[in-house]
Amino acid sequence: MLPAMASSGSQQTVIDVEALIVGGGLVGLTLASALAGAGLPVAVVDRADPATTVAPEFDGRATAVANGSVRLLRGIGLWDAVAPHASAINDIRVSDGDSLLFLHYDHREIGDEPLGQIIENRHLRVAMLDHVRGLEALEFLAPMEITEITRGANGVVADLADGRRIRARLLLACDGRNSGIREAAGIGVTRLPYNQTSIVCAVFHDRPHNNVAHERFLPGGPFAILPMADVDGRHRSAIVWSDRSELTPAVMALDEASFVREMAPRFGDILGELELAGPRWSHPLALSHAQTYIGQRLALVGDAAHAIHPIAGQGLNMGIRDIAALAEVIIDARRLGRDIGTPDLLADYERWRRFDNMVLAVVTDVITRLFSNDVAPLRTVRSLGLGTVNRVPPLRRTFMRHATGTVGDLPRLVRGEAL
Amino acid sequence: MAAPAENPKETRSIDPDELEKFRAMAEEWWDPDGKFRPLHKFNPVRLQYIRDQACAHFDRDPASLTPFAGLTVLDVGCGGGLLCEPLARLGADVTGIDAVARNIEIASIHSEASGLSIDYRLATVEELAGENRQFDLVLNMEVVEHVADVNGFLAACGAALDDSGLMFFSTLNRTAKAFALAIVGGEYILRWLPRGTHDWRKFVRPSELTRGLAGGGIGVTELTGVTYSPLTDQWSLNPRDLDVNYMGTGIKAR
Ligand SMILES: Cc1cc2nc3c(=O)[nH]c(=O)nc-3n(C[C@H](O)[C@H](O)[C@H](O)COP(=O)(O)OP(=O)(O)OC[C@H]3O[C@@H](n4cnc5c(N)ncnc54)[C@H](O)[C@@H]3O)c2cc1C
Ligand SMILES: C[S@@+](CC[C@H](N)C(=O)[O-])C[C@H]1O[C@@H](n2cnc3c(N)ncnc32)[C@H](O)[C@@H]1O
Repeated sequence: MLPAMASSGSQQTVIDVEALIVGGGLVGLTLASALAGAGLPVAVVDRADPATTVAPEFDGRATAVANGSVRLLRGIGLWDAVAPHASAINDIRVSDGDSLLFLHYDHREIGDEPLGQIIENRHLRVAMLDHVRGLEALEFLAPMEITEITRGANGVVADLADGRRIRARLLLACDGRNSGIREAAGIGVTRLPYNQTSIVCAVFHDRPHNNVAHERFLPGGPFAILPMADVDGRHRSAIVWSDRSELTPAVMALDEASFVREMAPRFGDILGELELAGPRWSHPLALSHAQTYIGQRLALVGDAAHAIHPIAGQGLNMGIRDIAALAEVIIDARRLGRDIGTPDLLADYERWRRFDNMVLAVVTDVITRLFSNDVAPLRTVRSLGLGTVNRVPPLRRTFMRHATGTVGDLPRLVRGEAL
Repeated sequence: MAAPAENPKETRSIDPDELEKFRAMAEEWWDPDGKFRPLHKFNPVRLQYIRDQACAHFDRDPASLTPFAGLTVLDVGCGGGLLCEPLARLGADVTGIDAVARNIEIASIHSEASGLSIDYRLATVEELAGENRQFDLVLNMEVVEHVADVNGFLAACGAALDDSGLMFFSTLNRTAKAFALAIVGGEYILRWLPRGTHDWRKFVRPSELTRGLAGGGIGVTELTGVTYSPLTDQWSLNPRDLDVNYMGTGIKAR
């Protein structure tokens, strides 16, 4: 089915769809692909210009994509375009400061699959934009501002800056952690600041990373080294260096050589000589969790519902699990001819996702706070903790399944089945 | 849409007391927590039943969003259109008829707001039979227990069915259990329905319905019970328990 175009009495062009997605970030585009791929007429509106968002200077992050998320991306036809840029994580090594105790996750313990994949956000975005442009049931409007959105018992109406109007049955807010739609809907958020900022960059290094990811808990915040695909025969890793926010402006201001010198001790000597492989970005961190994910003809998805500390590389993965659950609820209902904005459907989505996300947000928060300090007794507890997890294989396997996103009551797309 | 003003002319199936009950509740059709809450809760199960049976019969893909494209549907006693709208969304060309003018008004206003085009008419099925028009699907859901002259009504429904079409029906069985659950439970204890919504004496046994349909040239091909679980607040198909709510499929006997 195609989104239908009609002219109303006043010659205003009206775009009729079933779902209106506001926000064409990684979450909005993935959700749009899942829904429109199943034939549902969808409109995606983003105020940012795609030409800007795929430029190398825009987003330097690389995302650790868990296996469950990879399955979903494969299921909705996005994976093939992304795969050439992905780099497997076969092993994760977690260490606490300079302590010798290691927590070691090896993928061979839970099967042949890698633990996840590292992909540059830019490659994800390019692949997604390409994919959505080829979907018949999808109308992609960007850059485009929405001047007004009204939700009522009978539907959603959005007026666009170019004078057109979108009519939909359901509004899906994928507009990120500072979601304007969430705010306009009067949905409160629980917020916890971390006073930490992540500095993000990519580095070349002499020695191969052997597909090992490292996470080092340092007093100022966690330091993550994520294995990326080689370019031009050079080995590369993505760095997420979280540290006290007051230090970041000075670190960001350093010239390249000094920046590398400042960063090098945090690597140890595993990867050899380092060289900056592009610009640096900084992201201030905070936890936010919406008090409800739903409203009248409204659902919040991805960072609009929950934003967490990147310590465990779970933010987008949570969003992808939201998408899998929500797409299943919506498409199953629509295959019965039901109105996709019906309150009990939205309640099913919230029941499926909100508790899981809350648990993960709390666990991430506790880990971040437990590790981001230099208090001696806590360090001992932490070391014992890491050691314990390491010595008890069942416990470690449980943690690993969590990290790979394959626990709980899984939606079909996360299980690798068709929607 | 002009407001339907007068009553249908062919009126043998009309039971005025029954229609009065629906006239009094008409404003609440689309309130999922209102007087028609049981029908809203029941909708997913019966829609799935209708979709799956019809997809098998007409060789359509149930995973498609418009498996009923090109099929014509007549919903007899459509009320506010709780079934007409989903079927229209699935691609069917839907006609909904009801003997209560206010129902037709409410249904029309709602479908327009939902962006669906459905042909709603104030009419009884015997009146429609005069038009000699046949439909691929005829729905006869939760209506027989409210009509006068059940056999005449069923025969008129049969006359509206195409030779290769399917009829769906659902109603309440006339058993002590149905009385206890649907009337005492549903109307008095759970307060789902206003008291007096159902008249137990008008409930129809599966054998009577089957016989009545046969008189109208319809052979029953499938029968299943539908049971409600207060614990999960969900309805589900239960082929072994037809004691209270049941539902079935029929085809034109040759
Ligand atoms: C440093 C860092 C590292 C991370 N690493 C990982 C990782 O390894 N693994 C992982 O799973 N997650 C990771 N995350 C989290 C992940 O990046 C986010 O969860 C994800 O990007 C959220 O995507 P989103 O589409 O929900 O939101 P966003 O990416 O914020 O997208 C929101 C979109 O909405 C648009 N928009 C906003 N308002 C409007 C409006 N009014 N009208 C129209 N459009 C609008 C914006 O232009 C934007 O395109 C990390 C996060 C950070 C900060
Ligand atoms: C319980 S409701 C069922 C509504 C709808 N079929 C559904 O299941 O959602 C019964 C409906 O049948 C209508 N009705 C009763 N007698 C009728 C008759 N003789 N002809 C047409 N409609 C009738 C009532 O007005 C009411 O809308």
